[in-house]
Amino acid sequence: MAHSTVGVIFSNIHDENIPELSRHRTMASVPFGGRYRLIDFALSNMVNAGITTVGIVTKNNYQSLIDHLGSGKEWDLARKDGGIILLPPYSDETDKPYTTRLEALMGITGFLTHRSEDYVVISDCDGIAHIDIGDIVRYHEEKGADITMVYHEESEPCESSYFITLNPDETGRLTGLKINPKIKGGKKYNLYVNIMVMSREFLINTIQNAVTRGFSSFGRDILTKNVDTLKIYGYEFKGYYAGVNSMEDYFRHSMELLRRDVRAELFGGRDIFTKVRDSAPSKYLDGSVIRNSLISDGCVVEGTVENCILFRGVKVGKGSVVRNSIIMQDSVIGSNVDLNCVITDKNVVIRDRRTLSGCETLPYFISKGRML
Amino acid sequence: MIRKKECVAMLLAGGQGSRLYALTNNIAKPAVAFGAKYRIIDFPLSNCINSGIDTVGVLTQYEPLELNEYIGNGQPWDLDRTFGGVHILSPYQAKRKSSWFEGTANAIYQNMSFMKKYNPDYILVLSGDHIYKMNYAEMLRAHKATGADCTIAAIEVPLKEASRFGILNTREDGSIYEFEEKPKQPKSTLASMGIYIFTAEKLFKYLEEDDANPASSKDFGKDVLPAMLNAGERMFSYRFSGYWKDVGTISSLWESNMDLLGANPAFDVGDAEWKIHSRNPLAPPEYIGENADVENSMIALGCEIEGVVKNSVLASNVVVESGAVVRDAVIMAGTVVKAGATVEYSIVDENVTIEENAVVGESKSAGAGIAVLGRNITIAAGAKVKGGVILDKDYKGE
Repeated sequence: MAHSTVGVIFSNIHDENIPELSRHRTMASVPFGGRYRLIDFALSNMVNAGITTVGIVTKNNYQSLIDHLGSGKEWDLARKDGGIILLPPYSDETDKPYTTRLEALMGITGFLTHRSEDYVVISDCDGIAHIDIGDIVRYHEEKGADITMVYHEESEPCESSYFITLNPDETGRLTGLKINPKIKGGKKYNLYVNIMVMSREFLINTIQNAVTRGFSSFGRDILTKNVDTLKIYGYEFKGYYAGVNSMEDYFRHSMELLRRDVRAELFGGRDIFTKVRDSAPSKYLDGSVIRNSLISDGCVVEGTVENCILFRGVKVGKGSVVRNSIIMQDSVIGSNVDLNCVITDKNVVIRDRRTLSGCETLPYFISKGRML
Repeated sequence: MIRKKECVAMLLAGGQGSRLYALTNNIAKPAVAFGAKYRIIDFPLSNCINSGIDTVGVLTQYEPLELNEYIGNGQPWDLDRTFGGVHILSPYQAKRKSSWFEGTANAIYQNMSFMKKYNPDYILVLSGDHIYKMNYAEMLRAHKATGADCTIAAIEVPLKEASRFGILNTREDGSIYEFEEKPKQPKSTLASMGIYIFTAEKLFKYLEEDDANPASSKDFGKDVLPAMLNAGERMFSYRFSGYWKDVGTISSLWESNMDLLGANPAFDVGDAEWKIHSRNPLAPPEYIGENADVENSMIALGCEIEGVVKNSVLASNVVVESGAVVRDAVIMAGTVVKAGATVEYSIVDENVTIEENAVVGESKSAGAGIAVLGRNITIAAGAKVKGGVILDKDYKGE
């Protein structure tokens, strides 16, 4: 089923959710969980469903993404036919690069028409979940849907500047769809998790129709306007879903990885593929104290680390105490440093005897390559 | 233009490694796991690619399945090439005769056509038994500078161990005048490391002569090298002074793993200047739990540690449950140490289950030696495995 599905991943949409981390990179290449980038979850879901061709729509700042993806071999996507296909913005002299999802889709019509798969699954990179895409495609076929949108029941308000909520009836068909509605605290609602399935033919026709009519917004001009005429179905994803809509979300969901049940669901029984760096296994020296932490390869820890996520190649010096923090790739923490609720981007150096502290709702962020 | 490779490496990986007992029941010695994420063969392969040698023939014979699968197309070592790259060379059936590789020299001789395909000037012969980092390009430079026909890498060993090695007796300029295979009364302490560079034409000539000699045991150390020396060929030693360890015995394998630990390890696998490449496990970062106590250890991806881990090397996806103690141990991928169990001074192979409150091994100071558990076995709850014992079957206790 899924072998007849082509994937499309939007790498830049939602960049504005976490500007600190996406200043120098796409949302897709934001580091997460010690050794992953956000795109690894969307890509692995596709690969695990047997999808062998994935178009990746890029817009700007995609150097780090290209560096991460390489030839696609780590995802088993270095293929003669298909594999990973980067789709940078297409514009001629008169046009500007796309500003909306619909314009981006118009720019990849060539890619879509040249494929032969029956279905297209479109995914953004703002969510961390283990979703069976094959099951969504099966549901889409069974319902004879035009569009199937995946949702997750939430009760906390969504902090994203653009989000969609769905109202399905008991058969799953949408009776309503709202863009950026006001959410009352504590009330349950169905958040669209930015994964949808359509037939390739339907998507191409929809795009061409939108071009002739001068539409610009997929949400407003296609989804909300046609909720009564099109067969739009909602597919409820009941598992663990972590949407990254703000720095606070990013911090909270990172820390949720310290829960056994969350790790079991995200990593258990299947593979999350990512770029390999050939780091040595991590080393814990005499005097190190490690509690409730997730530690990636290439680290050398001599101090105390509690409730932390350490990315690849992090060093924590003697006498340092790092708590409730996320320390990204190759950052070096000297000796006798005290950190609490800190997020360091890559290659940050914190010199001996510094003390830094944020709080859970406002983690102290240190940008890439800074030396303190 | 004729396409060619200046130097082709031939890696002898057929060794059974019988002194590793249960650890090599089903795999060749070069495929034995080492250092939490590596296998022994990662070291010569990484040395090759880091030295700019991108054409490697791997000669397999004993239990090659897992080794073949591990090497695959060579991509992890950047050895997937359109011309060159890594190739598995197994014994094959030929029109005139077919045979297993009889000795180290015969293994290379049988793959003459593989080497000749690349028109090499030099052949580097390696073995898959050692842990070391060495720049073969420097050795090749020395080989060219001395105008040697054969250069043998050599290292100083303690006098009392010298009789275990091939010993080189050299002149001041490094040229070899005598070669003694495992001498009872060694005249020097300069040991051959089993790493040879030959000028290709000379090697081909002597391999052919060796093959035609019915009295020969078809071995480099016993036959080919002495034959070359007797014929007056230019043979030089190349001195190496870094870390080099034969991991062919249980105790040397254990020691070599321990040499990776600490802030200034005897052997550093984390050296960014000389990366050791390997096939990486697909696993999330390791999780160290709320009540864990981890010190002076190396722990690979995918481990879940809730218990005590001291002075140990743990490969990927090892689980140490709460109340379990792992001390002075080498534990390979996927093994589970359940609650309250103890593993001391041991080597535990892949996917072993040590049930609750079982005890494996005895403390190092007890003097009973290293306990060894072969892969895929289960040690029953509460069972006691004594120090120095080697097991390759499920064990329920006495």
